[in-house]
Amino acid sequence: MSQSEAPIIQFDNVNKWYASNGYHVLRDVNLSFAKGEKVVICGPSGSGKSTLIRCINALEEYQQGKLTVDGTVIGDDLKGIDKVRREVGMVFQQFNLFPHLTVLENLILSPTWVAKLPRNVAIEKAMVQLERVRIAEHANKYPLQLSGGQQQRVAIARALCLTPKIMLFDEPTSALDPEMIKEVLDVMIGLADQGMTMLCVTHEMGFAKAVADRVIFMDQGQVVEQNTPTEFFNHPQTDRSKDFLSKILGH
Amino acid sequence: MQQTYQPIDARPMPGLSTGVLAWLKTNLFSSPGNSIKTLVVLAIVLWALYGAMGWTLTNAVFGASLEACNSLRGIGACWGVVTEKGRLIVMGRYPDTEHWRPVIATALMLGVVGISCMPRFWNKALPLIWVVMLVVYFTLMKGGVLGLTEVPTDQWGGLPLTVMLTVVSMTMAFPLSVFVALGRRSNMPAIKTLCTLYVELIRGVPLITVLFMASFMLPLFMPEGVQIDVLIRVVVGITLFSAAYMAEVVRGGLQALPKGQTEAAATLGLSYWQTQRKIVLPQALSMVVPSLMNTFIGMFKDTSLVTIVSLYELTGALALALNADADWRPFKLEAYFFITLIYFVFCFAMSRYSLWVEKRTAVSKVR
Repeated sequence: MSQSEAPIIQFDNVNKWYASNGYHVLRDVNLSFAKGEKVVICGPSGSGKSTLIRCINALEEYQQGKLTVDGTVIGDDLKGIDKVRREVGMVFQQFNLFPHLTVLENLILSPTWVAKLPRNVAIEKAMVQLERVRIAEHANKYPLQLSGGQQQRVAIARALCLTPKIMLFDEPTSALDPEMIKEVLDVMIGLADQGMTMLCVTHEMGFAKAVADRVIFMDQGQVVEQNTPTEFFNHPQTDRSKDFLSKILGH
Repeated sequence: MQQTYQPIDARPMPGLSTGVLAWLKTNLFSSPGNSIKTLVVLAIVLWALYGAMGWTLTNAVFGASLEACNSLRGIGACWGVVTEKGRLIVMGRYPDTEHWRPVIATALMLGVVGISCMPRFWNKALPLIWVVMLVVYFTLMKGGVLGLTEVPTDQWGGLPLTVMLTVVSMTMAFPLSVFVALGRRSNMPAIKTLCTLYVELIRGVPLITVLFMASFMLPLFMPEGVQIDVLIRVVVGITLFSAAYMAEVVRGGLQALPKGQTEAAATLGLSYWQTQRKIVLPQALSMVVPSLMNTFIGMFKDTSLVTIVSLYELTGALALALNADADWRPFKLEAYFFITLIYFVFCFAMSRYSLWVEKRTAVSKVR
């Protein structure tokens, strides 16, 4: 991790409350992420980890503190948010593919409509991404005709079509059959090897051990512990982390 | 213990599985009890049909003969009323010699509507075709130019009027309803309140009131001498009325769409209107096709209420034709059967179209 480069994502004392019930979901979060870093965020459900990464591309708003993504402060400035969203790709737990469009149409939608690329250029770039996730032969199928693992790989390819600087993964394998988890994780490992900045909320500890530079453990809205994977899994510093690890690594 | 895996090849289902005989067996004759019930019901149906056939066809009078009709009253249907008054019912008070004009105009309008229903014709030329069609339609119907005698709008009537009111109102109401539905879900308080008020006010009153207000009260608010044609007032009334109901239908579809779709569109950098146009509306609208077609079919028949403002569309023309004529008045039932058949043909066509649209949009949903 280069000390001289500014962090690509910076959380400064960020706090968020849910408007509906006033629940304090992010508490004094102070984190920074460097370019090219691969970070796994883990924790029990309701710990705010999904909310944390959804703040990065302004899918969620925060009330206090300052969040800077690639030089842009995330706030009320809509143009800034648009700029950030073009540089940050996101993969969801529920895939969120557009079911009424074919796989190829899903991928070329943003390049043709947002980046205003000509259609044939966009198709070429889309096919490159489909090859990258090893799903090029299904380009003309509809998402619902594919298996869960295939759909998630298409979702990853769709996010990659915008050549983002940062990729956010919100529990990408949690909705998949166990047999399909491996194919998606392999794609993510491939991405990691190519130098992409990745923030991944996941329960897949094997993946964390394989590629993560850092593991962040969150509980009840705050960062409890962050460390390298080896250190975190073998020598957890806090009781809360020890408790969590005993539960998830037990079975 | 060693176990070996021997894959079992798929085998066809035993017995009859497809075809008419199989359907009859499973649905009508699946057990002795059901078979007896089927035969009993069949017997009742045949007996009822036989009786109905007698009145409808065997003993019926087809010529326009009053004596024959009166002598067979109660025994046979008098279809002579259709022969005699049919043209008046279908065309309304439009001058007899000019009947070719509504026929051509309506055929043109239905033709353009027909091609608009097929997605392969959805291109940039379509709005232009609509504009041209509307200009031709109204020129032909109104007349006054190109050597055509002028026919004032309050003389338009019958089926052409029903078709025109439905087509023009629905075409304007549908985009309005989409905007109102999106407006109700908007974050901007002014737009949201405006759209909500519009929907709740209109839904609070019957169509007859809306037509009444549009027709009689609107001129009171107009400055002196400004006269808005009665047809325009009626079309505006029907449009505003249907748009309020369709807006709620569309809003239901918008609500049913998973939030993840708009979130994914946002992460891809699509703007609000791009998201609505490419992601939200195609999915939401295809979900509510049955409900929307339901509204269209309902409105087609609700146009009969324009009688209140002295416009005689199909139902009104029937009342006009028979109330004045004491001779044929006893045979109103047969005349109503006639217009029922006409309404049914149109409404059934719309139903079939709805099913066709649903089938088409289901292509992407087939696993």
